[in-house]
Amino acid sequence: MAKKSLSKKLIASPYLVWAGIFIIVPLVIVVYYSFFDANGNFTLEYVSEMGKYKDVMLNSIWLGFIATVISLVLAYPLAYIMARSTANVQRTMMMLVMLPMWMNLLIRTYSMMILMQDTGIINSFLERIGLDSVHMINTQGAVVLGMVYNYIPYMILPLYSIMAKMDHNLIEAAEDLGANKVTVFKNIILPLSLPGIASGFTMVFVPSVSTFYISKKLGGNTFSLIGDVIEMQFKSANNYNLGASLSLVLMVLIIICMMVMNRFTGEDDDGGVLI
Amino acid sequence: MRTKMSPLSKLYVAFIMLLLYAPIVVMIFFSFNDSASTSVITGFSLRWYKSLLYDQATITALRNTLVLAVSSSLIATVMGTAAAVGIDAFRNKHIKKVTMGVTNIPMMNPEIVTGISMMLLFIICANMIGVTDALGFGTMLIAHVTFNLPYVILSVLPKLRQLDRFLPEAAMDLGCTPLQAFFKVILPSISTGIFSGLMMSFTLSLDDFVISYFTQGPSFETLPIRIFSMTKKRVTPDMYALSTLIFVAILFLLIMLNVSQVRGEKKMRNKLDKGVKR
Repeated sequence: MAKKSLSKKLIASPYLVWAGIFIIVPLVIVVYYSFFDANGNFTLEYVSEMGKYKDVMLNSIWLGFIATVISLVLAYPLAYIMARSTANVQRTMMMLVMLPMWMNLLIRTYSMMILMQDTGIINSFLERIGLDSVHMINTQGAVVLGMVYNYIPYMILPLYSIMAKMDHNLIEAAEDLGANKVTVFKNIILPLSLPGIASGFTMVFVPSVSTFYISKKLGGNTFSLIGDVIEMQFKSANNYNLGASLSLVLMVLIIICMMVMNRFTGEDDDGGVLI
Repeated sequence: MRTKMSPLSKLYVAFIMLLLYAPIVVMIFFSFNDSASTSVITGFSLRWYKSLLYDQATITALRNTLVLAVSSSLIATVMGTAAAVGIDAFRNKHIKKVTMGVTNIPMMNPEIVTGISMMLLFIICANMIGVTDALGFGTMLIAHVTFNLPYVILSVLPKLRQLDRFLPEAAMDLGCTPLQAFFKVILPSISTGIFSGLMMSFTLSLDDFVISYFTQGPSFETLPIRIFSMTKKRVTPDMYALSTLIFVAILFLLIMLNVSQVRGEKKMRNKLDKGVKR
């Protein structure tokens, strides 16, 4: 018996070795590059150099946060409607929500650029119905819209899956006991859906904060986000140390965000797969 | 309890779908436009689909993408399933927790951080052994396997947990070798988890841009990388044509999956009904 379970455990070893080399070691290297220069001397130069990027960092967090909140506000009613419709409608809507996710992000973002150009489709439509055209492309608003558009499925799906599991009798019971719609929402639906909100929040916030393609395409070169700066250090400026220390900050930021969110989801399961 | 949608709900759903699909519709529309411009509409044409057929670089990129997706998802599925079986047998809670924590890292970390951290690893290793152009298919394969593994492990583990612990033992009492017990009892009952892990890895790998971007070399170009280098300049509509084709293929695949699911459920229900009658 003992021998059998030992051999069972052993077949995890290729993965454990793999995870050690390709998950742990790279992260150690990132930390090393943040604090040691090319000659292997300890330095805080790169960490202090980061001060220059404080505004970029704060702006990224701010835009990512707005995009996440907008996604939540838009996705919540949809998830609720989905969860309460018939099984066939649920299945179809689920498919419709997931389908854009399988399209390449680059192509989707590029199409958005076409839509939002000064001479683009939205503006020619506005002019045709006699309104003034709106300058959208190369603004922070366009970048936020791009984030919302690209990542909103990651908000809809966890919200939907938690709401589909919700016991509807609870809502009816509350209504029978005289609660109005606002009370039902505040005291029953919202608290029960908190884990979904929390996981949707991280799933939209993390890619939004760290994006570099969306901001490049929809923001033009008018401003950059933290992802743009990191990408630049590795792809053109070749300042790996600065890039690594910025990544380290990004990682710490996201760990903090996740720890906050985990308080809402409870710590019962060791991670679930969404899709 | 499950109700028909109210008109207001329908309107809301339509609004969100408009938001989700407007860019895709635009792309499909311009893939059939005769002119290369995205503001002038000159007429219906299939010329971009035709020019796609003759674009050798894109065809190669498509092939590369498929090769990478198939190989990385297969490797990740085999290694990940083995890992899940092993992790499930771990009795030490702390070791299990640490392993799961490490497994979660590639899923939780921003893609750009995963990408650059692996890029640094590859560059350091290449410097140590004195290779100059280490980045290419090999490094991309390693990166893709790494980000696919957690999805496989996390879709197989729950199935293992549902498995009756005594079943494999019963099989062995009845004369199976442990290996036979694994292939005849354990494997069939976790196969749905393995399959969904495989599918997920395949699609993730097919679509990945960020991690590929940092671990890629000039010798091996995948489709997302090619699209990226094309969107640096003006994109010609053959990219829309390509995306339209991919979109249609995915739509078809999803509908097939859905239909087979519905059929499966119906079969199940029929079986249950019969069972009740009997």
